[in-house]
Amino acid sequence: MALDSKIPPGPIDKKWTYHKGHMRIVAPANKRRIDVIVVGTGLAGGAAAASLAEMGYNVKAFCFQDSARRAHSIAAQGGINAAKNYQNDGDSTYRLFYDTVKGGDYRAREANVYRLAEVSANIIDQCVAQGVPFARDYGGLLDNRSFGGVQVSRTFYARGQTGQQLLLGAYSALMRQVGKGAVQMFDRHEMLDVVVVDGKARGIIARNLITGEIERHGAHAVLLCTGGYGNVFFLSTNAMGSNVTAAWKAHKRGAYFGNPCYTQIHPTCIPVSGTHQSKLTLMSESLRNDGRIWVPAKLEDAQAIREGRKKGSDIPEADRDYYLERRYPAFGNLVPRDVASRAAKERCDAGFGVNKTGEAVYLDFGAAIERYGKLQANVLKIENPGKEKITELGRAVVSEKYGNLFDMYENIVGENPYDHAMKIYPAVHYTMGGLWVDYNLQTTVPGLFALGEANFSDHGANRLGASALMQGLADGYFVIPYTVGDYLADDIRTGPIDTKRPEFDAAEKEVVDRINHFINNKGTKPVDEFHRRLGKVMWDKCGMARNAQGLQEAIAEIRQIREEFYRDVRVTGKANEFNQELEKAGRVADFLELGELMCVDALNRNESCGGHFREEYAEMEGPQQGEAKRDDANYAYVAAWEWTGDAGKANLHKEPLTFEEVKLTQRSYK
Amino acid sequence: MGNMKLTLKVWRQNGPNDKGRIVDYPVNDVSEDMSFLEMLDVLNDDLVRKGEDPIAFDHDCREGICGMCSLFINGEAHGPGRGITTCQLHMRKFKDGDTIYVEPWRSTAFPVIKDLATNRSAFDRIQAAGGFVSVNTSGNLVDGNAVPIPKDDADKAFDAATCIGCGACVATCPNGSAMLFTAAKVSQLSLLPQGKPEAKRRALAMVEQMDKEGFGNCSNTGACEVECPKGISLEHIARLNREYLAAVVTQE
Amino acid sequence: MARSALLGSSLAKKYWMALTGLFLVLFLFAHLAGNLQLLDMSPEGQLKFNAYAKFMTSFPVVKAISYLLYLSILFHAFDGFLLAIQNRKARPVRYARENAGANRSWASSNMALLGTLILVFLVIHMKRFWYEMHWGELGLDADGNKDLYTVVAAAFSELWYVVLYVVMMGVLAFHLLHGFQSAFQSLGLNHPKYTPAIKNIGVFIAVVLPVFFALIPVWMFVNR
Repeated sequence: MALDSKIPPGPIDKKWTYHKGHMRIVAPANKRRIDVIVVGTGLAGGAAAASLAEMGYNVKAFCFQDSARRAHSIAAQGGINAAKNYQNDGDSTYRLFYDTVKGGDYRAREANVYRLAEVSANIIDQCVAQGVPFARDYGGLLDNRSFGGVQVSRTFYARGQTGQQLLLGAYSALMRQVGKGAVQMFDRHEMLDVVVVDGKARGIIARNLITGEIERHGAHAVLLCTGGYGNVFFLSTNAMGSNVTAAWKAHKRGAYFGNPCYTQIHPTCIPVSGTHQSKLTLMSESLRNDGRIWVPAKLEDAQAIREGRKKGSDIPEADRDYYLERRYPAFGNLVPRDVASRAAKERCDAGFGVNKTGEAVYLDFGAAIERYGKLQANVLKIENPGKEKITELGRAVVSEKYGNLFDMYENIVGENPYDHAMKIYPAVHYTMGGLWVDYNLQTTVPGLFALGEANFSDHGANRLGASALMQGLADGYFVIPYTVGDYLADDIRTGPIDTKRPEFDAAEKEVVDRINHFINNKGTKPVDEFHRRLGKVMWDKCGMARNAQGLQEAIAEIRQIREEFYRDVRVTGKANEFNQELEKAGRVADFLELGELMCVDALNRNESCGGHFREEYAEMEGPQQGEAKRDDANYAYVAAWEWTGDAGKANLHKEPLTFEEVKLTQRSYK
Repeated sequence: MGNMKLTLKVWRQNGPNDKGRIVDYPVNDVSEDMSFLEMLDVLNDDLVRKGEDPIAFDHDCREGICGMCSLFINGEAHGPGRGITTCQLHMRKFKDGDTIYVEPWRSTAFPVIKDLATNRSAFDRIQAAGGFVSVNTSGNLVDGNAVPIPKDDADKAFDAATCIGCGACVATCPNGSAMLFTAAKVSQLSLLPQGKPEAKRRALAMVEQMDKEGFGNCSNTGACEVECPKGISLEHIARLNREYLAAVVTQE
Repeated sequence: MARSALLGSSLAKKYWMALTGLFLVLFLFAHLAGNLQLLDMSPEGQLKFNAYAKFMTSFPVVKAISYLLYLSILFHAFDGFLLAIQNRKARPVRYARENAGANRSWASSNMALLGTLILVFLVIHMKRFWYEMHWGELGLDADGNKDLYTVVAAAFSELWYVVLYVVMMGVLAFHLLHGFQSAFQSLGLNHPKYTPAIKNIGVFIAVVLPVFFALIPVWMFVNR
């Protein structure tokens, strides 16, 4: 099938308006005859379900958590971008569009990104109207902060819990519709397959996680708003339950998977402390404004620290290597996420890591404390303050800015970050890849849509901070309500979907067989063991840096783990009860296939771009030596993979990316 | 691995109709760097390898924001420690040789699903009764800055809105009252101009639903405020009391 | 909804609890003021007390208020009983281990127990004095008033009664300790600026009222 991105005609700033004006719509009386399934209740799903129900469609919303309010959008800290230009610093729709395309290393679809920037301002208005308590200044107006990779202040925030506040806004809109009966809410339900009838998505098979009952739900359209797949790495900043199952089942039913190898690694996370670790915690990017990142310059010092014979504070200034400042004098500690992450890995691989595992670097506030302390002494007119006084004053300033983050760190690590430099290490955070969708957010299966992080569309090969929330809400509130209508206009006479059709029988049988396999398997090892092994392979060979040989090895190893998994996994309990081991088994089974596809995609992409860094494709000489080297001539396309029955033998389809508005250049932070 | 040895006394209950009981589990090799849930992971790993049924418990984000984790540990919601959820509780808070009770939230309105997992849908129903501003999605709303909101009001609204809906307030309250949860939402929206038009209706509807769910009555013990992982203040309960009183008195 | 909201809802029960409770605190002050006259054990003092008792049981305004008082006591007790029953039902399975001390005062979680004890004491107390004053066979004093003073003095010469009285004042102290400030919270009167003051006043009342009440029987016992 040829990929048709269905980009509307006209100049870029008129495309969305033109499209909205020319799409078909469903009359109010007819909307009552149409059912829509929304899977996932994060920003994209919650917003979509609420909006479609308001419009008059019958909506069924599903989430695996015990409440729609718990989707992982809730964990986003920093903020949400919008081109409001409240700060009068020259922001505009075009500038937000430009920054996003460039930040994505020129691997996103221009028309989608422009639309995202265009509707961004509406999002803020919508959320304010819902009662989202954004931060305000003393004049009562909305406050902004600046974020990485841009030159304007366009990020709206609600302390360090912006994602939570936005999600609760969408959740309250959703609950309002639930209260009215316009949305039927199915929490603690997991979607386990899409049902395709006559080439169109017509429903899903879901498991009631409390009773274990397998349920059929029919609908005229199915929206997947199921988030990203970072948990393929086992350790990530994703929630424990975040999974690829819905997207992967859709993929196996004909939806192409776009750019699976694009993974964002966040540079400032709390390092792994031991083999028991289940999850990684992010420390906000804002810390890099004041913290200096370093490792010892001498190998013997690093070793002494790892063995506990020395502390970071024992290393004199001259023996410290502030490697980001050294390599990137222009941007220093504020280089983009992918660059900072790779630089940390490079130092640790070379043996300079500073914790027991050798995988940590220092994020040091010593200099900031001293600097702020001196400033504060001046402000307070303290003459000749002693070193202790300066430290005391400086700590107070740092605590005011980052106190909650420092507390969080101390709580997890058990070490006071004011006394000892923080230790950080990169961790998997977000996946730019996802189900391939056209301009209408429709996958290659008609009637099956993908929104938010679950699709591949807006962030190219690297996402800018504070843009994920923007995309989720844009898709859910302002894009899908229009585009789904265009599709559903054909369905006003279809009538209710019959879930007794053979297609439903077949899909349900597959689901039940899979569950029975796990329950009846007489294996010896718990699910988590396989997940951990998969995660390690992915992290080592398809993580921050990749090379052809490693990827080939990874593919072989993943196939081996997968084979062993089906043979030796042990799932306790029964199918018809609340069974968390069974839930995990199904998810890991899908990760074990996705992981292979990610390696296949990474192997195919013989270039370095954004979150995808191939060691073979780096600048060999000149001022950019060691940096990522894109290959626009051969790889300016979206890789959309078609399932053929084996993850390793997926069919590659290419959607060429054309850049009419933004000129392709190399990103330089030197 | 770590070096702590603990005895866990865990509530096991096969389903809603099972009577349930406390079962003892020795756990060895506990590291102080583990979170409480990771310690349970280790125990469950062991149980699965032995072919026994692992302990069911709710959890998701494991960074203190989703509100899914919910354990009553040694007699306190989310265990010892303030301003944290169970997933943020680390084993360095305990000592080698400790005995630790682990129980589910206990409330008529939160029936046990299995072991330590409970059904908190009652909170969703309270929210659906009125915890929203009646505004549809529209690209033509007034500008976000059209109505300035005093910073203090916005900040206070945020303090209430920070509720994660975990249910620790209900679990902790000797009366099993859901007032802190309900008050947080009523208070947030009544502090903002966008929420004011339907403030009375909201207070009446949410309290009515709260009463229907079988929660107990608030007797101002203040235990909820202490155990709330987000430190939501009793001031919000007082605001709900005011809002509701005004609504009852003036209602036609 | 209005009717049930004003009577049946959990919040309405709290309002009534608070209003009747605060009214009862006011009554306690008035009661104490009257009782303090008992400290004057001279013959004139006795006559004055009996005259006061007559006034309290015959003056129409006071009589009207006293009916309101009986109603308040009954309502406070009945409402409290209902709340306690509902609260029990809200947690049918108790915790195996509950560390109540970590997050609340002892008084705040034992208001029903404290209230019940006070109610029992009230019955004994009213039987002994209030019932006797209204319907008992009391002698008359020199002024021709019912001689309540002698009844009181007789009661407070019995050690067990004095001890019971003092202990019950301790119970009252704990009930007031939580109850006073709690009433303000129930009525929505919580403000960062004033609430600390309300709490301090509550502690003051919870100490002063019972101490003075307890002082009287002890004084009369010692000086009998």
